[in-house]
Amino acid sequence: MTSLAPAPARPGSDERLAARHPVARLLRRPEMGALVAALAIFTYFSLATNAFLSPAGTATWLYSASLFGIMAVAVAMLMIGGEFDLSAGAMTGTTGLLVGAFTTQYGMNLWFAMLLALLIALAVGAANGILVVKTGIPSFIVTLATFFILQGVNLAGTKLITGQVAIQGMTLVPDFAVGKAIFGSTIPVLGLDLKVSIFWWIGITALASWLLLRTRYGNWIFAIGGQLQSAVQTGVPVRRTRIGLFMGTAAAGWLVGMLSLFDVATVQATTGIGQEFVYIICAVVGGCLLTGGYGSAIGAALGALIYGMILQGIVFAQWDNNWLKAFLGGMLLLAVLVNLSVRRQAGVRA
Amino acid sequence: MSGVNPTVPILEVRGVGKVYGSVIALTDISTSVSAGEVLCVLGDNGAGKSTLLKVLAGVHPHSTGELLLDGEAVRFDGPRHALDAGIATVHQDLAIVPLMPVWRNFFLGAELSAGIGPFSRLKVAEMRAVTSAELSRMGIDLRDVDQPIGTLSGGERQSVAIARAIYFGARVVILDEPTSALGVKQAGVVLRYVAQARDRGLAVVFVTHNPHHAYPVGDRFLVLNRGASLGEFDKTGIRIAELTRLMAGGAELDTLAREIERS
Repeated sequence: MTSLAPAPARPGSDERLAARHPVARLLRRPEMGALVAALAIFTYFSLATNAFLSPAGTATWLYSASLFGIMAVAVAMLMIGGEFDLSAGAMTGTTGLLVGAFTTQYGMNLWFAMLLALLIALAVGAANGILVVKTGIPSFIVTLATFFILQGVNLAGTKLITGQVAIQGMTLVPDFAVGKAIFGSTIPVLGLDLKVSIFWWIGITALASWLLLRTRYGNWIFAIGGQLQSAVQTGVPVRRTRIGLFMGTAAAGWLVGMLSLFDVATVQATTGIGQEFVYIICAVVGGCLLTGGYGSAIGAALGALIYGMILQGIVFAQWDNNWLKAFLGGMLLLAVLVNLSVRRQAGVRA
Repeated sequence: MSGVNPTVPILEVRGVGKVYGSVIALTDISTSVSAGEVLCVLGDNGAGKSTLLKVLAGVHPHSTGELLLDGEAVRFDGPRHALDAGIATVHQDLAIVPLMPVWRNFFLGAELSAGIGPFSRLKVAEMRAVTSAELSRMGIDLRDVDQPIGTLSGGERQSVAIARAIYFGARVVILDEPTSALGVKQAGVVLRYVAQARDRGLAVVFVTHNPHHAYPVGDRFLVLNRGASLGEFDKTGIRIAELTRLMAGGAELDTLAREIERS
């Protein structure tokens, strides 16, 4: 026996481990690139404009980042699991419109309407997931279809019910003030009037991070996105987990739908359309691999922070708004290149 | 192994067959494996080795015949069922996720967690420690259990996968071509792990197309050809040359040799 086994590993350090500098080690984390970029953009706009660092300015870009952030975190979890959800943006509109229509047009109880909208969102998410899992059709296509269906239903349905392309009059619904306190209030913190959605964003990011790194579900998500076959072989409940991820983005869509509904008390039928790619960009800028199996929730939240800062920073700097899209494209390309090198470094020899 | 009758094999098949649609992949295979024994399943490509393995591992249910676990007929619903029965399989692709750390791979699908229901959290420190300890117990000296498993060499990855199967499988370990992608030295390392597993009282099913790797560690040899058994042999009853000849199709090879000689 003794001749068979080589000397056991010495405890502590190993001479074959090239002493990795703590900084180098930190830089290998998926969200580091986004953190560096966020700091750079923050510094730039802080110096270049007066409004950016003002209490009102800070509250504005944080609010803007929070709505994208909640979605980006959910989309990042799905992307780590190896899938896309293009219907996530339209879902924020659908849920808001549903609650608006149920309460203002049909006199439904606010809480019941919200619960019903959540259940419908979860059902759509589950339908996305079941279709992907059962048929093997890429989620890109399945959710593209769902996206168009939701977009059409949002517009046509709203017009049919109200004769307009928006639902108004939410403030007259009983209990609206209570809902507003939960989803649309403003909380003063250190002289900043922060929208409550910012705290939802932080909470969701913390929850997602804990799920990904400290629970078995997280392990399964990374495994499913990293190597589906291996996850199947090791007995991971693959179907359940994947369907759950699609339901997760749908639930996040509901939350964001509620946050915007109670903030402004009106819902446009076009709410959320065109934002599905912003979520994906935020997730990728935050370190998610498009191929799955790698990424972080904190990274996605930072990606959304970057987006929020640029979105409002451009306004404060009085640039042409259209520069935003060019910025976004550049950031995405840069992030993908950085991620590619990460994947190479992690040495995917298999 | 207490409480188990030593004369009853842990895993046994009687007249097992498998049909995929109109393709008969396996017919009438009977064999068994007991604790502390290595059963080698030999055969050329397409002989039915993989199909037999999938039946034993619970990946696909058998179409005909009987599968017996501790002498009682069973039918596995899936890999998890077989795993729960103490049958662990090391697949050819190793069932690893290259981008994940070694310790997360080691516990994938069987994570240790504390707490109840949705609030249970992973016991990260314990899993790291167990991974490290289990690997060094098998003589695998790993630099860092936090590195992505994709950064390890082929032999190291194979060894981690076997150590994982032994740690969780406990009773039967099925190895699918564990040496086929490896160099001579690395293959030797893996064969040592096979012997260690046997010495620890595990039943080992070693699937390979290489009789030179099978012969030194095997106790019995089941030779398959075109989905059927060519016979099962004790080590005492067969020499390596015969085993090789049988595997390659015996008579077919003789004909081929004559053909080539003439031309």
